Amino acid sequence: MPEYSGPLQNVELSNTLWLIPLLPFLGAVLNAVLGWRLQRSPWGKEQAKKLHIGHLGVSSIALGSMLIAFAMSVAQVARVVSLPHDRRFLYNHLWQMVRVGTFDLSFDLSLDVMSSVMLLVVTGVGLLIHIYAASYMETEPSYWRFFSYFNLFIFSMLLLILGDNFLVMFFGWEGVGLCSYLLIGFWYKDYKKATAGMKAFLTNRVGDFGFITGMMILIWGLGGAWASGEYVPDQLPRLVAVTVDDAAHAEHGNATGSHDAHEKASGHDKADSHDKADSHSKADAHDKADAHGKDKADPRAKGKKEQSFVPGDPAYLTFTAFGGAKVIVDNNTTQPLYAPIVHHNVGAGRHTFKVIMGGATEDLEVANAMFQPNKETHLAAIGPVLSFHNLSDQMAIRNDKGVQPFKEGLAGKRLWGLSLITLACIGFFIGATGKSAQIPLYVWLPDAMAGPTPVSALIHAATMVTAGVYMVARLNFLFSMSPTACGIVAMTGAATALFAASIGFFQYDIKKVLAYSTVSQLGFMFIAVGVGAYWAGIFHLMTHAFFKACLFLGSGSVIHGMHAVEHDADRAQDMRIMGGLKAVMPLTRRTYQIACLAITAAPIPLFAGFWSKDEILWKAFTTQNTGWAPGPLIYLMGLAAALGTSFYMWRSYYLTFEGKPATKDIPKKVHESPNAMTWVLATLAFLSTFGGVVFGFSSHFYGGHGEPLLEEWLHPALRHAQVAFQDQGLAMEHALMWGSVGLAILSWRLAKKRYGPDRPKNWEELESKLPMFQLIHDKYRIDELYQATVIRAVLVLRLVLRDMDKYVVDGIVNATGVATRATAFVNGAIDKYLVDGAVNLVAGVTLRAGNRIRQVQTGRIQSYAYGLLGGVAALALLQFLIRYYAR
Amino acid sequence: MNATLGAMIDLWPAILAGAVGALVPRKPSTWQRAGIGVIAALLVLFVMKLWPDAAVAAAPSAPSGEWPHLLTFLIGLPLAGAILMLFMPRQSPGLLRAMTMGILLVDLVASLWLLTVPMGVGWHFVSVHDWIPALGIRWHVAVDGMSLWLVLLTTFITPIAAYVSFGSIGTRIKDLCFSLLLLQAAMLGVFLSLDMFLFYVFWELALVPMYVMIGVWGSADKIKAALKFFLYTMGGSVLLLAALLYLVHTYSKLTGTMSFDYLALNKVLLPKHVQMMCFWGFAIAFFVKVPLFPLHTWLPDAHVQAPTGGSIILAAILLKMGTYAYMRFGMGLFPFAAGLQSATLAGVAVFGGILYGALCSWKQDDLKRLVAYSSVAHLGYVMLGLFAGTQASMQGSLLQQINHGVSTGALFLLVGVIYDRRHTRTITEFGGLAKVMPVYTVVFVIITMASIGVPGTNGFVGEFMVIMGTYGSLRLGKFGGVDAVLAAAGVILAAIYMLSVVQRVFFGPLKNPKNRDLPDLNVRETLALAPLVIMVFVIGLFPSVLLSRSAAAVSAFEMRNRLVWMSAQELGEGEPKLVTQDMLLEGASGSAREGMANTLDEMDRGAPVIPPPPAADKPAADKKEASK
Repeated sequence: MPEYSGPLQNVELSNTLWLIPLLPFLGAVLNAVLGWRLQRSPWGKEQAKKLHIGHLGVSSIALGSMLIAFAMSVAQVARVVSLPHDRRFLYNHLWQMVRVGTFDLSFDLSLDVMSSVMLLVVTGVGLLIHIYAASYMETEPSYWRFFSYFNLFIFSMLLLILGDNFLVMFFGWEGVGLCSYLLIGFWYKDYKKATAGMKAFLTNRVGDFGFITGMMILIWGLGGAWASGEYVPDQLPRLVAVTVDDAAHAEHGNATGSHDAHEKASGHDKADSHDKADSHSKADAHDKADAHGKDKADPRAKGKKEQSFVPGDPAYLTFTAFGGAKVIVDNNTTQPLYAPIVHHNVGAGRHTFKVIMGGATEDLEVANAMFQPNKETHLAAIGPVLSFHNLSDQMAIRNDKGVQPFKEGLAGKRLWGLSLITLACIGFFIGATGKSAQIPLYVWLPDAMAGPTPVSALIHAATMVTAGVYMVARLNFLFSMSPTACGIVAMTGAATALFAASIGFFQYDIKKVLAYSTVSQLGFMFIAVGVGAYWAGIFHLMTHAFFKACLFLGSGSVIHGMHAVEHDADRAQDMRIMGGLKAVMPLTRRTYQIACLAITAAPIPLFAGFWSKDEILWKAFTTQNTGWAPGPLIYLMGLAAALGTSFYMWRSYYLTFEGKPATKDIPKKVHESPNAMTWVLATLAFLSTFGGVVFGFSSHFYGGHGEPLLEEWLHPALRHAQVAFQDQGLAMEHALMWGSVGLAILSWRLAKKRYGPDRPKNWEELESKLPMFQLIHDKYRIDELYQATVIRAVLVLRLVLRDMDKYVVDGIVNATGVATRATAFVNGAIDKYLVDGAVNLVAGVTLRAGNRIRQVQTGRIQSYAYGLLGGVAALALLQFLIRYYAR
Repeated sequence: MNATLGAMIDLWPAILAGAVGALVPRKPSTWQRAGIGVIAALLVLFVMKLWPDAAVAAAPSAPSGEWPHLLTFLIGLPLAGAILMLFMPRQSPGLLRAMTMGILLVDLVASLWLLTVPMGVGWHFVSVHDWIPALGIRWHVAVDGMSLWLVLLTTFITPIAAYVSFGSIGTRIKDLCFSLLLLQAAMLGVFLSLDMFLFYVFWELALVPMYVMIGVWGSADKIKAALKFFLYTMGGSVLLLAALLYLVHTYSKLTGTMSFDYLALNKVLLPKHVQMMCFWGFAIAFFVKVPLFPLHTWLPDAHVQAPTGGSIILAAILLKMGTYAYMRFGMGLFPFAAGLQSATLAGVAVFGGILYGALCSWKQDDLKRLVAYSSVAHLGYVMLGLFAGTQASMQGSLLQQINHGVSTGALFLLVGVIYDRRHTRTITEFGGLAKVMPVYTVVFVIITMASIGVPGTNGFVGEFMVIMGTYGSLRLGKFGGVDAVLAAAGVILAAIYMLSVVQRVFFGPLKNPKNRDLPDLNVRETLALAPLVIMVFVIGLFPSVLLSRSAAAVSAFEMRNRLVWMSAQELGEGEPKLVTQDMLLEGASGSAREGMANTLDEMDRGAPVIPPPPAADKPAADKKEASK
């Protein structure tokens, strides 16, 4: 029996993964350096004009790099598909960044089943929006700058997705924030737009603070051991040999997983979990001792009966931590291996490994690791590892007693009176609220609509804002360990979904409506990942990318057309001056309508959004993973938000496309957008129609056992998450599903009645008389609230501190200076008047005395004679007196 | 014939001095010049005769590939250049500039040699010569992983600063060149010297040229700022000198010999309260230089008044003298006291440096003052990393010192660019510059991103490592987590104040008509900025280039400090004594002990030999003598 086993992730090496992000990066650099000059060259002017795009050279650099990146992504994903189920993971080690004590950070990329989905969405939708933007930004003077930023954004987003560890993900995480900042403020001459960019960046930074804090707590928790309640740092990661369960075993492991989950569900009692935590930490300490002792060939392990195997049977080694480290097998120094090592045949039997890290990091050793014949054995890094797959493997490792020591060790740790894992997850979630615009950090997203519309579609709808969802789904093995954190995630998501949907009711700016809709839909995704239906979250992320991109680009097309009658940028987005565009922009209108159907599932269900949203609501209803937050409540909030969605989306559709035009110029001057734009819209509309049913359909709906395609595909990435759902039965599921569709149709009817083709002339007035209209129209005045509290407080504080620095801290220094000068003055005075004064006085007196006395010496003989006589007289008198008195 | 030739070779310095004396001054008559030459030759001869015979004191055998005089050359070249500068004609500034640049570039190229040797534990390029043997003062210079990058930073930044200065300063070129060269020599001396006396000399010497630079080429209120800078630093140094003398005195009592060598003095184990006082003496001197709150107020004044080149050097290198000296000498000589104080000091670094500096910075109207306060915030991270004292945080801190040098140096350069054009640095004077100066804007935004620590730029890696390292620090105990979280919050503030500058200077409409025709970066400025921008990305993406060279030294340093800490704890308030290796390695055994002993030996390479311990009654006699 091996000491450790578990359903670890088998990987395949890839040498080409890095090319995917490299291409957009090259595109960005090329356009940044050459674009400025290129755009002035007359080359390809005619073709460009024919195609209704900006400069041909700039466009071909930007679009070409995107096209190749997309093609390569497809190729890489095809490779992933071709791999056997348990090996669907490409790993590409690039270079080592930091290896100091606790930290081992490499620039590694990986492509697993989940990032495959994201990769296709980002490069695919990204490519479409690039094409659209080439036409939309046709007349922009800084066309090259726009595409340079745009490609740079794709590059950052790809790093975020493909990053194998927290560090690379954080590179992308901040990178997309930076690009978002640059693109929102693209028209920087408008101070308000530049300010919106800054607001986005700063709000995201608040989120990043949470991300970093979460990472800190997690690393700390993984790195330290709690011996008798005291934190003892365990600076170095350790290595253990872990035999990977084969496929059949893996299924078994999965079964035990759900068993555990049931146990968890039954033991929600807090005291119970306390007990559990205590015993876990003990087990952990014990286990750690074991692991340490193992280096010196544990006699107990030796005493055990070794399994029989034929020497020479193949056995495989995989070692993906510490990229670049030298691995010496069985003291064979002549042929060292270099990490990462994948599927390397070392022969069955016991082996000893020495991993030489280089630098100041101590070498690691694994002695006498048992290698089962025909099985894969990993040298798994235990402790503060930052790679997602190493971390998730660590949580899945079982020892020979069937417990998962490292997972339980982590779960048992507490910090500041709370479970450490909960705190770490909350930290990460704060990061997600920033990036994915959830309460309380959603305020930047509506303002971000100041950027060009393709930017809103790509960054603020389809890709970047979903990064938070992706991150939580990526960390499913951590979040599923903390029901409290999951509850927070799901409740925040539900609250945001509802809150943002309600704000969407009474906005006039078409892009603002879509922005709040995005916030609301992101809330749905967080409901999904919060309640434990990670695949549904990713599913909704995907369908949302299709239909929301379509909606945004549709609105862009409308705005593009409206510029013919309205030159003010803000007014051109106002739905009050639109109406009746159906006639002049038929293609745009049709795609917008399809996307509306996809997002609202009403009046016609079965478009993309229906599948994902319904799955989310159903999972929310039956969840057992949210701890303090009851599933049905989350369900109800989600349902209400879905009804709201139906209302405000159809409102926007009707106000824009149906009814009578607001001005007479509209039918005359407004035209359908160029082909490059409408084709993209059509493609996205197609995806919005069928994207759901292809990936989300399940034979389960009519009593079969088939899982939806996407769920099955994502299973390898999500299998370590222990989640459980109540079995409520098929009837219940159908009832809820069709019930929600019915309600959504009702709310569509309402929207149609108020804003439909024959809306009353005074719809605006009617609307404004509704209760709460003003508050909702003002977005609940949350921005003003923040302004008055947090921001004002910081502003005042900085003033106080600046003045304090100037007048108090520096004041003391200056006062010391002044005091020294005063002392010097006094000192000088004393020196001048007292010390020197005394000297001068002596001299002066002498001088003056001399002066006086000098007058005596006149040179006249008479005077001397008088003096002589006087002297004699005086002496005589003296003599007389002495005599007289002496008597 | 041969004998004459031999004598001539022996006496070459005197002959050289005579020749220089006779040839260089042009004005006086032949006889006068001959006289000067003779006097110079005799003077040198006199010094040579008086020089102690044992010139080379037991210098350790240099490993192959290391030229033992390299460091002496690095310091000596600019110093000699500075002296030579005094004899150059003031009328040909072109020649002066070329010569200065040449010397600085030769120094840069020569310093690259340091990269060719693998920096493990211990000292490299050690060069030891007796200087004042009676007091045990030696010329002892050496480099290790901790000082390596600061030396390179110095040789890298000074030419850039010089190049920039030559562009913007047109008066008193000779004085400027002299100051730059002298400054370079002094700064290198600080980073390289291991003899505390030598260190002190260079430490003080570095003040003079900077004082001149601020005082001569500064703006309106220059004299006050220069004085403040000089006196503040000087005041701190006095405490350093007092503590140092006490330490040397104790050492001589314990061993019977005098030495100012760092490697000798770090063997002295003082009782707790004495150690604490000595530590504060050292620390305050260094904190003034860093500067750490509340000793930082000289910095904004000095920066605002200093010319661009001066600001670059001041921010990029001069401040690092404080951080480096704290790390090397403050922590190295008094690990126990430093450890005991670290929780308090870390609090000061977080609140007074990171948060306070950032908030103060936000509300400044003067660009330079703003960047100066941002330096206070950045150096808060550096100091926090040192106070936390874990391997990761110290490595991060070391990296952050380099990063700050690069990015803040570049920021001052950029501010200088705009100051040269408009002769004002008030933020409200600008706005919408992105339109007229696009390249300048791009560079400014890149450096801003580096300064606020966006991943991919250099600032991120350092800050990240400091924060992560601080979290698990045992020294800081339960405050480690709080400090780390607050330091992470400081990252938000950094983004706020830097981005609002970018916002107000570059974005929005171009309102001020004076800005309408500002020229973009010229060739000189572009050339000066390019290496800095490149470094931003090199460090940001490949930090292991730097970290791998300093890793071993930092971990050994940390290990030694830990061992000394334990010995010091044992000593408590007892009598001062000398640390021996056996004492340090008390707890260890087996191969671990052997490894640690090897490391300690490596770290002592080049240390002065301690004579065999005197007999039991001798210390008492020594004490009496000393008290006389």
